[in-house]
Amino acid sequence: MSRFALKDHFRESRLINDRLIFSAIFVGLLFIVVMVRLAVLQILEYEHFDSLSNKNRVDIEALPPQRGLIYDRNGVVLAENIPTFSLELIPENVPNIDKSLQELASLFAMTDAEISDLKQQINQERRFRQVVVRQRLTEQEVAIFSVNRHRFPGIDVIGRLIRHYPQGALFSHTVGYVGRINERDQKTIDEKNYKGTLHIGKTGIEKRYETLLHGTVGYQQVETNVQGRVVRELHRTVPVSGDELFLHMDINLQRVAAKELGTFNGAVVALEPKTGGVLAMVSKPDFDANSFVSGISSKEYALLRDSPNRPLYDRAARGHYPPGSTLKPFVALAGLEQGVINEHSQSTCPGWFTLPGQEHRYRCWKSHGHGPVDLKKAVSQSCDVYFYELSHALGIDRMHNFLDLFGFGHRTDIDIPSEGMGLSPSREWKRNARNQAWYPGETLISGIGQGFNQTTPIQLAHATAVLAMRGLNISPQVARASRRSGQSELQLITKKKAEALPMVNRMHWETVIDSMVEVVHGERGTARHVSEGLSFKVAGKTGTAQVFGIKQDEEYDADTLSKKLHDHALFIAFAPADDPEFVVAVVVENGGSGSKTAAPIAHKMIKQYFKNR
Amino acid sequence: MSSLITDYQNPQRWSMTKALSKLHLDALLLLGLFTLLSAGLMILFSAGDQDIDLLFRQLIRMSAAFVVLLVISNVHPDRMRDSAYWLYATGLILLVAVLVFGHEGKGAQRWLDLGLFRFQPSELMKLAVPLLVATYLAERPLPPTLSRLFVGLVMIIVPSFLIARQPDLGTALLIASSGLLVVFLSGISWRLIIGFLTASTAALPVLWYVMHDYQRQRVLTFLNPEKDPLGSGYHIIQSKIAIGSGGLFGRGWLEGTQSQLAFLPERSTDFIFAVIAEEFGLLGVGLILLLYLLIAGRGLYIASQAQSSFARLLAGSISMTFLVYVFVNVGMVTGLLPVVGVPLPLVSYGGTSMVTLLAGFGILMSIHTHRRMMSP
Repeated sequence: MSRFALKDHFRESRLINDRLIFSAIFVGLLFIVVMVRLAVLQILEYEHFDSLSNKNRVDIEALPPQRGLIYDRNGVVLAENIPTFSLELIPENVPNIDKSLQELASLFAMTDAEISDLKQQINQERRFRQVVVRQRLTEQEVAIFSVNRHRFPGIDVIGRLIRHYPQGALFSHTVGYVGRINERDQKTIDEKNYKGTLHIGKTGIEKRYETLLHGTVGYQQVETNVQGRVVRELHRTVPVSGDELFLHMDINLQRVAAKELGTFNGAVVALEPKTGGVLAMVSKPDFDANSFVSGISSKEYALLRDSPNRPLYDRAARGHYPPGSTLKPFVALAGLEQGVINEHSQSTCPGWFTLPGQEHRYRCWKSHGHGPVDLKKAVSQSCDVYFYELSHALGIDRMHNFLDLFGFGHRTDIDIPSEGMGLSPSREWKRNARNQAWYPGETLISGIGQGFNQTTPIQLAHATAVLAMRGLNISPQVARASRRSGQSELQLITKKKAEALPMVNRMHWETVIDSMVEVVHGERGTARHVSEGLSFKVAGKTGTAQVFGIKQDEEYDADTLSKKLHDHALFIAFAPADDPEFVVAVVVENGGSGSKTAAPIAHKMIKQYFKNR
Repeated sequence: MSSLITDYQNPQRWSMTKALSKLHLDALLLLGLFTLLSAGLMILFSAGDQDIDLLFRQLIRMSAAFVVLLVISNVHPDRMRDSAYWLYATGLILLVAVLVFGHEGKGAQRWLDLGLFRFQPSELMKLAVPLLVATYLAERPLPPTLSRLFVGLVMIIVPSFLIARQPDLGTALLIASSGLLVVFLSGISWRLIIGFLTASTAALPVLWYVMHDYQRQRVLTFLNPEKDPLGSGYHIIQSKIAIGSGGLFGRGWLEGTQSQLAFLPERSTDFIFAVIAEEFGLLGVGLILLLYLLIAGRGLYIASQAQSSFARLLAGSISMTFLVYVFVNVGMVTGLLPVVGVPLPLVSYGGTSMVTLLAGFGILMSIHTHRRMMSP
C-alpha cells in the first residue's frame, strides 16, 4: 500500500459523508414521489378504484328454474328431473383450456375423441357460457375432482337437475325430449330467462309447451373471487319452477300399442272423441329419449338418423300413408249427403269396373266380384267396384270438398309440433301442384283412398272421431291441463276448435256407422274377429294400401315381393258405436292386410280401454 | 460472553444497549427491524389467505435469517474485507454453475440444488459485489483513478450480466446498483457520473435487444397496462385497484376484497405492498415507508460514523440498496416502474432474500459495534 500515495482519512471521510448526505436527500425526494403517487391513487382516484373493486367482486348468477313435470292421465310421471353432478367449464375463466383438458383427460380416462369434441364445443360456445365436460359423475368421480379442484380454475362440479324420461322410449315421439340449447334456439328464446338453463324442449310436448314447462329464472348476487368461484351469497331471488303438465295420454294404452306393433314400423293413435284427448300415440320404431338429454354422441346420433327404419321420425303425426279403404265410409257419407246414392242403392260387382268408352279395367280386390252390392255390403266387405261407381258419380270436386270437412289434407291442430299435412287431391290441386289436367280414372282410385291420397295417422284418427261424434269436430289434444308450481288447482288447456259439421240428414251418419258396425260384427265383415269378447258394438273399417303398383292382369303375391313392397295395413275403429268413447287408428307399414295385421292391434287397444267394464 | 452474564447479574452495571453491543447488535436498528418484521407477519397472514402454516414457515425463515445476522455481526469488518475476493470468486463460479446445471422455475434458471436445500447464488452476489468493490476501491486513496474505476465497473458488470442471463433482470439491476452505489459514494467526480448516466441512457436500446421476450412484454405492458387486461397487464390493473380502493384509512385488516378474494395476483410475494395499501390505506403505507426510511437512515448514520473508508462505502451501499429494493417494489406495485419481480424487503413471503437482507444488516451492526475496538 505504501508504494502509492498515503490515504488522507479525514479528506476521504468528508468526501464519503458528502455523498451520504446527498443520498439521504435523494432518498427523501424519492419518498415524496412515492407518497404523491400513493396519494393520487388512494385519495384523488379513490372513488374510481373503489367502484372498480366493487365490480370486481360482485357477480350476478342466474338460478335456473326447475322444469315442470309431465304426467299421464293416471298420474304416472312421464318426464321428471333427477339430480346429477356434472363437470362444467366456463371458457373465459380457464387460463389454459388445452392444458386443463389434458389434465382432466388423465384424471377421468377420457379419450382423445372426447377431448377434441369438447374443444370443438368450447370454440363454438360463447366464452361465458358453461360447457359440460362430463355428465352424470359418480360419487367417486366427484371426490376425485374435488381433491384436484385447485388445479382447475374455471372448472367445477355443478349439481344440476337434468331431465329424465322414466318411460324411456315409450313416449319418445309424443312427449319428445329436451336437448342442449343450440344457436338456432338462442335466436328464439328470451336470453335473460334462459340464463343458467342448459336444455330446451326439442320435440313433442316438451317443445310445444316449452314456455309453460320452463318457468322463470331466479338470481343470486354473489361475491366471487378472481377464478369466478362463489365465496358468499349476498342476495337471492328464487326461481319459479315451470308448470306441471297433465296429459290425456294413458300409459297402459301406450304400452299395449307399442307392444302390439312389435317389430313392425307404423303408428297407432287413440283418441277420446268427446274431448279430443289423445289417449295413445305411438310411432315405431322408437328410441330412448334420455340419450338426447345428456348430449348424444355424433356416432350414436348418426346411427339413429341414418337407420333405414328412421326411428326419429314421428310417424303418428308426420307419416304420410294412403288411407286405402279406410276412406270408404267417408266417401259413402259424401254420396248420401250429395244425394248420389241412398241407403238402398244397389250395384253389381263383377270384379272390375270400366269407365264409359274406355277399355281399362279398374279391379276389385275380390277378383271374381262381390255380385249385387248395397252400401252396407260395400263397406263391410270393402267392395272397390261400388266405390268406383260412386266416386265417378260424385266427381273429384264434390268428393274433395266433402272430405275437407273431416280434415283430410289439413293439419288437425294437435299440440305436437311439425304435424304433417296429408293430401286430399282435387282438380285445382293437380293444376297448381303439377300443372296437369285431372283424369276421370284418378277420381276412381281416389274414391278407394289410393292414388294421390295421403293421410297421417293422427289425421285418420281425427276424421274417425268426427265421424264417431256424428259431425262434431274437435281438434285432438295431448295436454289436458297444467298446474302452477305451488298451487293445487289445475288450469285446463283450452281447445282450439270444436264445431259441428253442416249436414243435410242426420240419419246418414247412422247408415254409414251401421255399415261400419257390420265390418266388425257382420258375418262376412273384414274385421269380424275384432268383436270377439266384446259386450258392445264397435264400428270399424279395414284398409290395405298399395305401396307397389300392380300391372294389369297381374296378381299380388306377398311371398314373392320383398317386405318393403308389401301393402300397408290400416284399421280405424270407434266404440261403442252408438255412444263413442274411444277412437283408434292403426297404420302398419308393409303389414300386408288391414284385417289380418292392423285390426287385431285395434282390438287389443279397445279391450284395454274397456277393460274395467 | 461471560462478562455479559456477570453484567446481567449486576443490575447496576447492566443496560440493554450495552448487553446488545456485547453481542455486536445495534439496538435501534434491531428495534426497527423487529417492528418491520412483526408488521410483515401480520400483513402476510392477511395476504396469504390466513394460512397459519405459511406464517409459521416465514417465522422459521426469519429465525434462521436472524441467526445469520447474529453470526455476521460478530465477524470483524476486517475479516469481511479479507474474504471479499474469495466470496466474489465463489459467487461467480456458482453463477456459472447455475447457468449450466440450474433448476428452472417459472422459465428462469436461478436455483442450484444442493441436496438439502436450494440455493440462489445471486443472493450471495448481492453482498459479495458491494463488499468486493468497497474493498477494492478503499485499497487506494479515494476518489479512485480512472483505471481502478474501470476495474471496479467490470467487477459489477460481470455478475450482473450472468444474472441477467438466468434471466433475472430485477436482481441483476439491484446487484448492479449496489455496486454502483459504492462507486458513487467513493467520490468519483460529478462529470463522470453525468457522463455515465448519459452513456447508460444511450445503452437502453442494447438492453432491449438482449432482453427476453417476457421481459420486453413486461416493459410494454408497463407502458400500457390496459392493453392486455387479462394477460400481463392484469397484475398492474388489479394492484392499482387494490391500492386505490384502500383510500386514506384502508378497508381494515383481513377486509380487503381485492386481496381476500384473490383478485390480486402474487399478493403474498411481489405484490404484498398492494395488500397493505388496500387494508391500511395511505396512512398504513405511509407508516411502513417511514419505517423503511428510519431503518435505512440508521444505516446511513452507521456509515457516516464508520472508521474506515471501506466500512463507510460498504455500510452506505447496503443501506441505500435496501431502500432501492423498497422503491423498486413500491414503484412496480403502484405502476411507476415496470413489473420486474422484486419482493418488498422483509415483508414479502420468501426465504433467500430474507437471509441476504438480514445478513446485510449484520454487516452494518458489525461495522458499528466493532468501532471502538478499531480505535487505537
